[in-house]
Amino acid sequence: MTKFNRPGGVSRRTMLQGTAAVGTAALITPWGAPLRAQAVRGGTLRIGMAHGSTTDSLDPGTWENDFTILQGHTRNNYLTEIAADGSLVPELAESWEASADAATWTFRLRENVAFHSGHIMTAQDVIASINYHRGEDSTSAAAPIVAPITDIVAEGMTVTFTLDSGNADFPFVLSDYHLPILPAVNDGAIDPMTTDGCGPYVLNDLEFGVSASYTRHDGYWKTDRAHFDAIEQIVIHDNAARQNALISGEVDYIDTADLNTVHLLERAPGIEILSVAGTQHYGLPMDTRAEPFNNNDIRMALKFAIDRQQLVDTILNGYGEIGNDHPIGSGQQFYNADLEQHSYDPDRARFHLREAGMESLDVQIHLADAAFAGALDAGVLFAESAAAAGINLEVVREPDDGYWSNVWMQKPFAGTYWSGRPTEDLMFSTAYSEGAAWNETYWSHERFNELLNTARSELNQDLRREMYYEMQDICANQGGALIPMFASYVGAHTDALVRPDAIAANWRNDGQRIAERWSFAS
Amino acid sequence: MSHILTMIAQRLALGLVTLFVVSLIIFLGTELLPGDFAQEILGQSATPETVAALRDQLGLNDPMHVRYAAWLGDVLQGDLGQSLANGQSVSELIGRRLNWTLSLALYAAVIAVPLSLTLGILAALFRNSFFDRFANASALTSISFPEFFVAYILIFYLAGAGGPFPSISSMRGEVAFGEYLHRAFLPALTLTLVVTAHMMRMTRAAIINLLASPYIEMARLKGMSPMRVIVKHALPNALAPIINVVALNLAYLITGVVVVEVVFVYPGLGQLMVDSVSARDMPVVQGIALVFAAAYVLLNLTADVLATLSNPRLVHRR
Repeated sequence: MTKFNRPGGVSRRTMLQGTAAVGTAALITPWGAPLRAQAVRGGTLRIGMAHGSTTDSLDPGTWENDFTILQGHTRNNYLTEIAADGSLVPELAESWEASADAATWTFRLRENVAFHSGHIMTAQDVIASINYHRGEDSTSAAAPIVAPITDIVAEGMTVTFTLDSGNADFPFVLSDYHLPILPAVNDGAIDPMTTDGCGPYVLNDLEFGVSASYTRHDGYWKTDRAHFDAIEQIVIHDNAARQNALISGEVDYIDTADLNTVHLLERAPGIEILSVAGTQHYGLPMDTRAEPFNNNDIRMALKFAIDRQQLVDTILNGYGEIGNDHPIGSGQQFYNADLEQHSYDPDRARFHLREAGMESLDVQIHLADAAFAGALDAGVLFAESAAAAGINLEVVREPDDGYWSNVWMQKPFAGTYWSGRPTEDLMFSTAYSEGAAWNETYWSHERFNELLNTARSELNQDLRREMYYEMQDICANQGGALIPMFASYVGAHTDALVRPDAIAANWRNDGQRIAERWSFAS
Repeated sequence: MSHILTMIAQRLALGLVTLFVVSLIIFLGTELLPGDFAQEILGQSATPETVAALRDQLGLNDPMHVRYAAWLGDVLQGDLGQSLANGQSVSELIGRRLNWTLSLALYAAVIAVPLSLTLGILAALFRNSFFDRFANASALTSISFPEFFVAYILIFYLAGAGGPFPSISSMRGEVAFGEYLHRAFLPALTLTLVVTAHMMRMTRAAIINLLASPYIEMARLKGMSPMRVIVKHALPNALAPIINVVALNLAYLITGVVVVEVVFVYPGLGQLMVDSVSARDMPVVQGIALVFAAAYVLLNLTADVLATLSNPRLVHRR
């Protein structure tokens, strides 16, 4: 099963370009773009989900797959929301402002927001909800992203966060799916197992790994959202069963279409494919401390020895884009489009080998499909294209079970996937800064780290752009990450559903907010 | 009759020992798997600090034998414990799923057992006829395909656009009896096709075997009809092996249907077991293993008792 559990790994940022791309990529139907009908109230949205396990839990600190994350956005609200165009908009926080050094953030909360239980949200609820993930003995997967918060204080309906250093992107952090606002109970802490929330739908019935059902929250404060009367989430792991369920009308929407058979689904009458290009990317990280990857020429040789287009065409069946060895998606606001695109060039790979003083190279890559769907096939294709450059790449098949504990970040050359981050800073500081817990290439580059720290607290957008451009350059040409492709989120739905013109690309299922953003056609 | 009661008591005691050994093997087996519970739950986002905090909170730092003993102590008091993953009571988690699993097993058995016995008897009666060959060939064909393939074929013809049955048997909320029969028909039929061949061929073989005996020849010479010879004289003596194979298949219907559950999205125990093993959720894994082992023990016991009762020489021992 795929894992989606990077803390803060939800989303990405402003991207007018990206939305335009989504607008066209979203509609791959035999009939071209269908007419958009008006949103009407009513009906039950039945969602067939590829993920979800009996071991899931209500505790937001453990949410890691699409079932729990969608549940988080269907039952709960967050302080901030990432809109379909990638910009950050207010949700439970009405407005916010930063101190000049971006280290103190003050949020003004919305008045009269009712929980399903009737309780009205207060600043204490917000503090309790964030505090649950902080502290020494926190078991929350979100602990690292709230670690920079040193203090939270409330005054009436304003909440002030103090950070240990400036962070221009802090409001984005609060949209993370681990951080729903839950009611504080008597002792001033939240009950993480509560089923209460202040989101658009009230949870009725829940069996983890099987299904969940919700009815509309009548007192929901967003009046132009939540058009369905009820929502049903149904876990359907089997690819064929999920697609059958959609075709036979058992569900209205499936969140993941099998890329091997999606062309068959495209032909089914009344079915529309939803393909959203986002920040999700697949990578082959190299440990920059280990032989032979501690030599940048070896890393460059490997980067030029992989046929990216072939991988996008065969592994993703065309539903994706080629990557350029840095983790920033083409739709993100500081994406460096001027950077030279790495492509398959055996001669150049040989050149770098010779620079490293070698005529041929023998390396092993450790892969399992747990790293990303099709990782083993990708490895075999890589081995074939690399052979032409004199690189003898041996693909070592690892078990899916325990892949993330025994192979990833343990073996010097392996596979990985990232769902991306809402901001350039979050992505780079999570996986590329020196000493970060998930620095999977064990990379340490002085200039890069310096830029990362300066850019984080810089509020001038032009200066930030310059810095992030340079960081992408350094990452692509000196880093240890081989990122051959960005994979789109591909789902499908019946034409009875109306989707908004813009689909959020920060996460599957319209930013996991399908329940409140979509509706049935009249 | 008293020796039969003694036998039952002995077998039940042995069954308890079996369950104990099974739980021990399961416990040791999961200990040997790579990764541990805290790591699996926090997944890729686990940092050493959160893993340590979670392990500490759940008491996973205790040595293995201490944890096993604590678990065993609770079980002896009738408490299967709580899921490590979501804190739900294991008996509740298993209870709901067990209901669905048993319902499906019963549904399939109600179709499969009479069907295969009838087919087996008829095949023995019309040995080497076209009917015999046809019944054998089709039963062997359906058992030779993997279960998921049989399931997809049934979905293709009986569900899908305009088909009479739903393609997924997901049970949500309250399900009325009639609706249940309708929704679960395809998985039940898949299982029927998978187990029929085994039972039918055993029935046929056992009866044919007996047809060569002198007392059957005597019955024939007396001028009895072939059907009467088989049902009245051969079948009672063929019961023991038939009961055995039926019991084995019933146990399979309870414990071996993960693939069918996955294809039809049926909320049975199999998927719960698979998820819990991959998350290293020990209390749930052991709970389910005990249920599965108990199903085998009880069905085998029932088969042995029935086989004994079907044999007068064993009932009236001197």
